[in-house]
Amino acid sequence: MKKSILQRAIIIAIITIPALYLVVGPRHRPTLHDFTYAGLKQTLAENIHLGLDLRGGSYLVMQIQTDDYLKELTTNTMQGVQKAAQDAGFPVKDVHPDISNGNYRIVLEANDASKIGDIQSAIPKKVDLNDWSASASGNTITWSLTSAAQRTLSDQAVTQEYNIIYNRINSLGVAEPELATHGAQSSHQLVLQMPGVDDPQRVKELLQAQSKLDLVHVVSPPNPAPVQTYATKEEAIASLGGNVPSNREVLAYAEREEATTAATQGANKNKEKRWVVVEMPPVVGGSELRDAKAVTAFGGTSDNYQISFSLKPGGAEKFGAWTGANVNQYMGVVLNEEVKSIAFIKSQITDSGQIDGRFTKQSAEDLAMTLRSGALPARLTYLEERTVGPSLGADSIRAGVTASVVGFLLVVFFMLFYYRGSGVNAVVALLLNLILLMAALIILKATLTLPGIAGIILTIGMAVDSNVLIFERIREELHSGKTVPSAVEVGFARAFVTIIDTHVTTIVSSLFLYLFGTGPVRGFAVTLVLGLLANLFSAVYVSRTIFMWHLNRRGQHVESISI
Amino acid sequence: MIQLFKNVNIDWLANRRLFITVSVLLMLAGLASAVIRFAVRSDPFNLGIDFKGGTVITVQFKQRPSDDDIRRALQQQGVRDAIIQRVTDRSDEVLIRLPQTAPGSGNAEDQSEVNAGRSNVTKALATFGPQVGASIIGVEAVGPVAGAALRNQAIAVTLLALVGILVYIAFRFEWTYGAAAVIAVFHDVLVTLGIFSIFHWEINLTVIAALLTLVGFSVNDTIVVFDRIRENLRLHRRDSLYKVTNDSINQTLSRTVITSGLALLSVVALVVFGGEVLRYFSLALLIGIIFGTYSSVAIASPIMVWWQQRLEPSRTPAGPARRSGGTAREPRSASSNVRRTGANAAAR
Repeated sequence: MKKSILQRAIIIAIITIPALYLVVGPRHRPTLHDFTYAGLKQTLAENIHLGLDLRGGSYLVMQIQTDDYLKELTTNTMQGVQKAAQDAGFPVKDVHPDISNGNYRIVLEANDASKIGDIQSAIPKKVDLNDWSASASGNTITWSLTSAAQRTLSDQAVTQEYNIIYNRINSLGVAEPELATHGAQSSHQLVLQMPGVDDPQRVKELLQAQSKLDLVHVVSPPNPAPVQTYATKEEAIASLGGNVPSNREVLAYAEREEATTAATQGANKNKEKRWVVVEMPPVVGGSELRDAKAVTAFGGTSDNYQISFSLKPGGAEKFGAWTGANVNQYMGVVLNEEVKSIAFIKSQITDSGQIDGRFTKQSAEDLAMTLRSGALPARLTYLEERTVGPSLGADSIRAGVTASVVGFLLVVFFMLFYYRGSGVNAVVALLLNLILLMAALIILKATLTLPGIAGIILTIGMAVDSNVLIFERIREELHSGKTVPSAVEVGFARAFVTIIDTHVTTIVSSLFLYLFGTGPVRGFAVTLVLGLLANLFSAVYVSRTIFMWHLNRRGQHVESISI
Repeated sequence: MIQLFKNVNIDWLANRRLFITVSVLLMLAGLASAVIRFAVRSDPFNLGIDFKGGTVITVQFKQRPSDDDIRRALQQQGVRDAIIQRVTDRSDEVLIRLPQTAPGSGNAEDQSEVNAGRSNVTKALATFGPQVGASIIGVEAVGPVAGAALRNQAIAVTLLALVGILVYIAFRFEWTYGAAAVIAVFHDVLVTLGIFSIFHWEINLTVIAALLTLVGFSVNDTIVVFDRIRENLRLHRRDSLYKVTNDSINQTLSRTVITSGLALLSVVALVVFGGEVLRYFSLALLIGIIFGTYSSVAIASPIMVWWQQRLEPSRTPAGPARRSGGTAREPRSASSNVRRTGANAAAR
């Protein structure tokens, strides 16, 4: 008996002392100030991360440049029109986009004015031009993007952008950020609020990162000839006869580029930059991407990371067909308008590939993350940035703290009054539960928000309940005429079955909330699971140990117990 | 020792019709309120800025009043549920967020909404007098923080969690127990939402957190009763499920009253001292604790007994309780008091 109490006491000390240090221990060399009330409060505030609603954070207003999106749409549609006209064998002199003053037009010039009618009726059958209004004069047809379509497309771009940004901040592990539209609908702004992040600049850059991935055919004689590159852009253009046709593009090719992040794309250019000519449109675009992850390069050092990616079924099919038909041709991986790597096709590839580029670990991970979340449809600029106080309001939080202290004291007084000596047990268990819960939150670097506090409230409720269940059961057993030690023993054993059932049920359901939920739902689940695990330890194991120690101290024949 | 109850002997299940009627009426009242509000204003609930969006007004002060004073001034202008958030890097600025007042959802960028917000805040700020030097430096519409997608996801995840509860209880007890517990949880959430609709209290993200809490509380309470039923069924193999259930509720009664009473006490403290912003959170918790406790006795247990009796009639030799409606009392055998249960347990 004595030995097992000692064993239990050691286990409790091993868990409790570090937890206590984690919660109230300063992270610097302790000074006398740390032992005062104010110092303790300050240490607590430093150790526990509070969320946006309780502490505040940064407030960012972002502008989505939807005209970028419309521009790209115009260019893509124009390429479609050009291809359709070519395929149908119409004599076309030129097709070009005309973007000015918020108007988006595609202009087609035919060699022969008499064919204009035919072209105008034939092309919409091949290319989706529902959003465009056509007008013809002489030998030109002009398709203009209607203003209604401009509005709906811009709104779509904002929605897409919203979703992508939402995914990005969540995968960054920023706890419970708040993202909302800002201003009138036509202003295309978003406001993001997030609790204190370690590196705000990195977050801002990651949100802005375009991360547009394309797999392209590099124009070059096939393997075994080396890939055709050019020393300057002009040289590359000259190889195309002086101007770049719309189905070709000249891109920079940074062979063995030093660490670049998705965010600082183009910022640190390589010394050894070459240029290549690639075919447009790309074989597969970034929207066909299924997954991307950072991996260490084979045989490389830890600073040599690659991105490995896989494609969705549709993209894989296209990619497979193309690579099958183009063995020994060169293929390039284009990231943000820059060719990252070029390789010749050994055999048919279907659904996966790598991007080499000597990334550092962080840049590879950031890039993979932004690739996974998808390319932003339009550029993002920051309009204003502020730091703001808690969104619940500082006064409400003070009121909430007062209320919690009052509620907690009421519980403590009742337990001491009703259960007397055993009430001390319950209070010790309750305090220990809170300390362990806070320590677990600190270890996991979790952020505490109001939903998290709701989880703590339920934890305390169930912790009190565990004590009540045990004590009531011990009382029942005493009534039935058992001796004190056996009543305690049976009381704990019986109540334990109930406690396990209530705790496991709640933990199981909270795990679902944690795994599949986001934001507030998740914050609630985290504290609840941690709190209940802590409670199993404090209300059952520790409380039991205190009873054992108490009974042991009073000898084998205890006639009564304060309960 | 102080004791709340000694050898209680209440026939809870006899009142099952009354309980179920009361609960159904409560849920119908909530439903009626939601339907009427939907028909009149196309808004069954008073959703807050988190869900519907609203207006953010940036105010600059020469001398910043306290958050409480600003809120009080706004309330005098009829602006309820405003969120007051300080700008910490510009100490003279305050953001005031107003929930959307117009019915319907989504149209937060409505210009008249923004203008109404501006004029209300202007009037409220005017009451501070010139020495405070308040000026509005920005008025913008904001969209919802928790849009429809997030809301649907939260609902789906919660339903999934309830399935988890159902499966676990089914595994540890019987699946009828699990179903009864989950029905009781649904009842609690629906009654709470109904009351929020009737009183037109604002539902924001904090209320969602409170709803999750009440789900946990309700399930906890139900399991404690069920656990005792399971134990007593093993001890008293000859007793009917009806009687065992009543005995179990009575045996756990002091625990139920103490636990729920303490929870209620803390939440009342939150309602009284918790302040304006946390009010709806506290109210949702308060209602949740009351009904979560009520439903384990009044909803979960009768449903479980009813269901088990249909599946397993052999355990129900007691016809009279069913026959003569809700008023008849189960005949009591000699071994039915609380003391004996303990003695039997010891003898085992």
